[in-house]
Amino acid sequence: MSAQEKKHSSERLQRVIELCKSVEDKGVDPFAVDVDHIIATLKKCFSDWESPEELALDAEAVQYLASVIQNQGDWVKHRSTSLYTDPFLIEEKLQRLDKEGLVTLFTKVWNPIIELEQLSIPSIAEAMKYWNDLPPIDERWQRLDPTAVMTGATTREELIRQKILAEKTFFEELEAFWQTLKQKVGKNEKILYWDFVGADTYSETLDNAYMTSFLVTYGYATLKLDPLEEEIFIIPLKEPRSGLSDKQMVSVPISVSHEDWIRWKEENQT
Amino acid sequence: MKRKAYYALKIKRAAQLLFYKRHMKPGVKGWELKNALGSDYPKILKVLDDHLEKLDLQVKTVFEGEEPKEKPTVEELNKARFFVTLRGGLPSKDSKMMGWRIDDIAGLATAISYVISKKGKAPREQVGDLLRSKLPGWRVDMNLNRYIRAGYLAEDENNMLYLDWRTRAEVDQKALVDLLLGTES
Repeated sequence: MSAQEKKHSSERLQRVIELCKSVEDKGVDPFAVDVDHIIATLKKCFSDWESPEELALDAEAVQYLASVIQNQGDWVKHRSTSLYTDPFLIEEKLQRLDKEGLVTLFTKVWNPIIELEQLSIPSIAEAMKYWNDLPPIDERWQRLDPTAVMTGATTREELIRQKILAEKTFFEELEAFWQTLKQKVGKNEKILYWDFVGADTYSETLDNAYMTSFLVTYGYATLKLDPLEEEIFIIPLKEPRSGLSDKQMVSVPISVSHEDWIRWKEENQT
Repeated sequence: MKRKAYYALKIKRAAQLLFYKRHMKPGVKGWELKNALGSDYPKILKVLDDHLEKLDLQVKTVFEGEEPKEKPTVEELNKARFFVTLRGGLPSKDSKMMGWRIDDIAGLATAISYVISKKGKAPREQVGDLLRSKLPGWRVDMNLNRYIRAGYLAEDENNMLYLDWRTRAEVDQKALVDLLLGTES
C-alpha cells in the first residue's frame, strides 16, 4: 500500500470514529451507521497497518463501533418497552397543544414533593444563644498587625533543650543502638526479639521497636523467624549491609501492642 | 412501651423527617430513616403512607438508578430516597400554588415529554428549539437552567439533557406519554 493510500485509509478510519462518537454524544440514530460496511472497510485496511499508531487507530475504531452496536441493542430494547413512542408523534402532539392544555395534562401526572421549612422554639433559642455569643464583626475581622520581635542569637545547646535539634543525628543514634544490640547478643548469634525490645515501660519498648525496625531496614541486623515455635530472633550483622541485597525484600509486621508488652513483662518477672 | 404507642411515636418521627427539609435536596435517604426509626422503617413508612392516603398524599420511593423489577432488597431501600408527594395530581387551576408561571409548567411538561420520547436523553439544542416555538427566546435558556437547578433535568458535558431525580420522584412518565398520545390532534 502506498503512503498516499495509507493516508486515505487513515482518514477513513477517523471519519468512522467521528460518526460513531456522534451516536454516543449527539444522540444520532445508531441505525444510521452501516455497521457491516464499516466492518468490511476495517477488515480490508487491517492487513496494511504496521505502525503502533495505525493499529491503535484501528482498535479505537473497533471500540467505537462496538459502542454503536450496544446503542442499537439499547434502542431495540427501549422500543419494546411500554414507554416507547415515536418521538415525532410526541413532538407533533406537543406542538399542537396550547399551554393551558399542556398544563392541564401535566398536572394530572405531576405529584410535587411536599416539603416544609419552619422554625421551632428550640431552634430559635439556639440561634439566639449563638447570636449573643457571636463577637461583633469588627472584632472577628480585626487585622492583627505583626508585632515586632527582637532578633537574637541562640546556641546549639538551647535548641537541643527546646527539642528543635536532636542531641545526636539519627544515624549516630542508630549506630549506638546497633552497638547495644551486639553487646546484648554477646557470644550468642541471636537474641529473641522481645528480649531485646522489651523494656521497663511500654513507651521505652515502643522506642526500641521503632529503632529495631530501622536497624533491619538499613542492614545493621536481620530477622530470623521460627514459624514452628512462633519466635522471632534478631541477628546483628558484623558490618552494615550496603544497598539492597539481590534477595527479594520482605516486610515482617510485628505487633508490639500493650497486651503483648504486659504478657512479656509477666513472663519475664516469673 | 406498648406496641401501639411505639409505632405511633415512630410514625410521628417519620412524618417529621419526611416533611421537613433537612438537606439541600428534599427527602430522606433510606439509611437515615434506618438510623432514626430502626431497621423496620419500611413497615413504619407503609403505615404512614396509609395515614397520608386520607389526605391525598403518599410516601414516594426513588431508587438509585433503575427501579427494581421485583421486591426491593434492604440494600436498595437503604440507598433509595424517600419523599412525601401528592397522590392524585393537582387541579390545573391550583398549579399556581407551586409558585411557577403557567409558561414554566408548560415548558417543563414539553421538555420532560420530549426527553422521554428520545429514550431518556436529548440534545439541549433540540429541546430548546421545541420550547422556542411556544416561549419567547430569552426565556428558553432561563427556563431550562431552572429545570436543571430544580432537579427535573440534568445536563452532561456534551449538552445532552437527561431526566433527573425530581422527575423520577414527581412525574408518572408512563401516564404522561399515554395522556399525550390520547389527546386529539
